Amino acid sequence: MYALVGNPNCGKSTLFNALTGLKQKVGNYPGVTVEKKIGETYSQHGKAIKIIDLPGAYSLAARSPDEAVTRDVLLGRRADTPQPDRILCIVDATNLERNLYLVHQILDLGRPVILVVNMMDLATTSGIQVRVGRLEQELGIPVIACEAVNGKGIVDLKLAMSRVDLPLARHSWDVPAAVSSAVAELQASLTDNDGRSPLVARAEALLLLTDFDTVRVAGSTPLCKRTTDILAHWQKHWEAEGTDWAGTLVGSRYAAISVLCADIVQQAGVTGPSASDKIDAVVIHPFWGWMVLGGVMTLLFLSIFTFAEIPMNWIDSHVASLATWVKVAMSPGDLRDLLTDGVISGVGGVLVFLPQILILFFFIGLLENTGYMARAAFIMDRLMSRVGLNGKSFIPLLSSYACAIPGIMATRTIEDPKDRLVTILVAPLMSCSARLPVYLLMIAALLPGDAVPVLTKVGIMLLMYVLGTVGAFGFAWLFKRTLLKGAPPMMIMELPPYRLPRLRDVALQMFERAGLFLKRAGTIILGISIVLWFLTTYPKHPNPAATSTEQIAQSFAGRAGHLLEPVIKPLGFDWRVGIGLITSFAAREVFVSSMGVIFGVEGSENETAPLRDALRNATWPTGVALFTPLVCLTLMVYYVFAMQCVSTVAVVKRETNGWKWPLFQIAYMTGTAWLVCFVIYQTGRALGY
Amino acid sequence: MSAALKLSSLALGASARVKDFPRSGNTFVRLREMGLLPGTMVTFVRAAPLGDPLEFKLRGYHLTLRREEAEQITIEA
Repeated sequence: MYALVGNPNCGKSTLFNALTGLKQKVGNYPGVTVEKKIGETYSQHGKAIKIIDLPGAYSLAARSPDEAVTRDVLLGRRADTPQPDRILCIVDATNLERNLYLVHQILDLGRPVILVVNMMDLATTSGIQVRVGRLEQELGIPVIACEAVNGKGIVDLKLAMSRVDLPLARHSWDVPAAVSSAVAELQASLTDNDGRSPLVARAEALLLLTDFDTVRVAGSTPLCKRTTDILAHWQKHWEAEGTDWAGTLVGSRYAAISVLCADIVQQAGVTGPSASDKIDAVVIHPFWGWMVLGGVMTLLFLSIFTFAEIPMNWIDSHVASLATWVKVAMSPGDLRDLLTDGVISGVGGVLVFLPQILILFFFIGLLENTGYMARAAFIMDRLMSRVGLNGKSFIPLLSSYACAIPGIMATRTIEDPKDRLVTILVAPLMSCSARLPVYLLMIAALLPGDAVPVLTKVGIMLLMYVLGTVGAFGFAWLFKRTLLKGAPPMMIMELPPYRLPRLRDVALQMFERAGLFLKRAGTIILGISIVLWFLTTYPKHPNPAATSTEQIAQSFAGRAGHLLEPVIKPLGFDWRVGIGLITSFAAREVFVSSMGVIFGVEGSENETAPLRDALRNATWPTGVALFTPLVCLTLMVYYVFAMQCVSTVAVVKRETNGWKWPLFQIAYMTGTAWLVCFVIYQTGRALGY
Repeated sequence: MSAALKLSSLALGASARVKDFPRSGNTFVRLREMGLLPGTMVTFVRAAPLGDPLEFKLRGYHLTLRREEAEQITIEA
C-alpha cells in the first residue's frame, strides 16, 4: 500500500483524484475526527494498487491532530491502519525548499519513496526551473515531474508505482554532534522496549527531539516509560545547558536541503509581481480587501437564500405530491399516516435543505481550493483574536449563518483542539436559515396589519442576527477565558498562490461532504420525525371525528407541552407553544407546521396569513391574548439562543467524539435562552407591555 | 539586545536576513520547520488591513505570523 504525503496546498488531493478517480472510500480514523481516505489505482499490468491519502503536513513533528495522524500512520503506531510499505511524496515545485523538509524526514524511515514534483507549470510561469533528472540522481529515488491539474505526468507516475523493485534513497545525513548521543540512546530504547525496527526507531528518535509538545491522538500506541524517561532526561539536560536542541536538528536538515536545492533549482532572475501578488494587492488591500470580503459574503448568502429557492421549491412540491399520492394510493389508517406525516415529511424536511447545503459546501470548497480562505482568515484574524479565536474560525462561523452543520464540519481546518471546540460550541448561535420561518411567522404575528413593511421585517431580523452573533462571540470569549483556557492560537499560516481549481475536484469534495451530511443529519431527522409523529398521534382521541387540534392536545406531545408549561410560563409561553418547542427538536422550522396543526390551520408553510391570524386570536384560558408583541419577540429571542436541532447535536457528538460537549452545549444554550427570555418578558411586562 | 533590529520593524517591501530566534516555544520551532531560520532571507510583504498579522515572503512562499511573534525575531541590519 502506498501512502500519499505532502504539504498542504501542493495539489495532493488533485493528484489523489487523478490517480484513483472515483474509486475512493472516505471514513474516519477511530477516535479522531480526521478523514481517512483510501483509494485504488491500477498499475501498468492492471494490478490494483491501494493508496492512502494522509492529511497534509508540514512536518512529522505534529502540531495538529491531522499531522499527528500522518505521523502515526507512517510510523506504524496506529492499530487500525497498517504501516504503508511505500511512500509517495508530493512537493510543490514553486517552493521546493520548505516542501523538501517533510521529505527529508520521511527519507529517514528507510521506506521506498517516489517523489512527485507537482505544479511544474506554475514553476515555469514564475521562472523557476527544477532539474528533475539531477534530483533523481542526487536522491537515488524515482522523481516524476507532474502537473496534476492537467493530468501530465500521471502515466509516468503509475509506471514508477508499478515497479516491483524501488530503490531506497541515498540519504546519509549526519546528526549534529550536540544531539547524536541522545539520538543513539532513544533509538536503542525504541528498538528494545517499543519494538521498533532500527530504521524507524532512528526516525522516531529524531522526531521526538523536534517535537516540543508531542501531540497525541486517540488510537496511537503510547511509548513505554523508559523511552519517555530518556527523552525527559535529555530535555532537562539541554535546558540547563542552554542548547537549542530542537532548532539544531531543524537547522541541520535545512542546511542539507539548501545544498541540494542550490544544485537543482534555478530561479530566472528577479521576476516582477506574480499574478497572485497582483490579486493579493486588491484582496488584502486596506480598503478594497473589505469590499472583496463583503462581496464574497454577499455572494454566499445570495446563493443560499435566492439561487437555492428554485430547487428547494421543486423538491418541496415533489415531496408534497408524493405524500398526496400515498394518501390516495393507500387506505386510511395509521400506517398511511406514518408514511405521509412521519417518513415523507421527515425525509422531505432534510431534502428541502439539500440545495442550500450543496451550495454551501461547493462555496466553501471553492474558497479553500482557490486559496481565498487563507486570505479571509488573514484579514479577520485580528478581530477573531480579540475573543481568543483564530482567523480560521471565520469561515466556519460565517457558514453557520446558513446551517451550523457544514460550519461545524468546516472547523477541521482549525489546528488547535481548544479553538476548534470553542468554535463548534458557539457556531449554532449564528442564526441559521432554519430559524427564518420562525422569525417570519413571529414578525407577521407581531406587527399589526396585513402587509409587513419590508424595512421593519429586515430590521427585526437583523436584530436577531446581531443578537446571535454577539452571543456567539461573547461566549467564545467567555469559554476561552474560563473553561477552555489555552494559549492564544498560533497564526502561522501559509498564503498559497491563487489557483484555479478543477471544478471536478470541488464537485467531488462537495458530494462527499453532502453525503456525510445526509448520512448524519438525515438519519437523525428521519428518526426524530417518526418519533415526533408518534408522540403527536398517540394516544388517540377517543372521538375519531376530533379535530387535529384536539387530537394533538391529548397526545403524548400535548401532555409533554402541559408538563412544560410551568417552566415556560414565566417566558410568556403556554403549553401549545411548548409543543412547538418540543417538535423543533427535529428541525427548527417544524415549529411553523406544528403551530399550524395546533391551531388548526392547514397548509401553513406557504401562506403565513391564516396562521398569523389564528395566532393573533389565540388566548390563554383566562382570555388574555397569547401572542402579544412581547411574546412574539420573546419567542424569536428564544430561537436565537436555544439549542434545538438534533442533527446539529449529532454532528457535534461526531466531531467531538463524545456526549460531554453536545450535552454541555444544549445546557448552556438553552439555559441562556431561558434566562434572556425571562428577563425580556418580565421586564416587558413590568414596563406595561 | 535593545539595539537589535526586530522582524516586525522591517519596512514594507524590504528584505533582511534573520539573525536570532527565541529558544523555546512551540511557535518558534514550527516557524523554523517552515523554513524561517537564522540566516534565511525574508521580505516583508504587507500587514493585514487591521494591522495584524503580518505577511512575509521567504524561500519562495508566503507566510503569515503575528506581530508579537515577529517582535521576538531579530534581523541583521
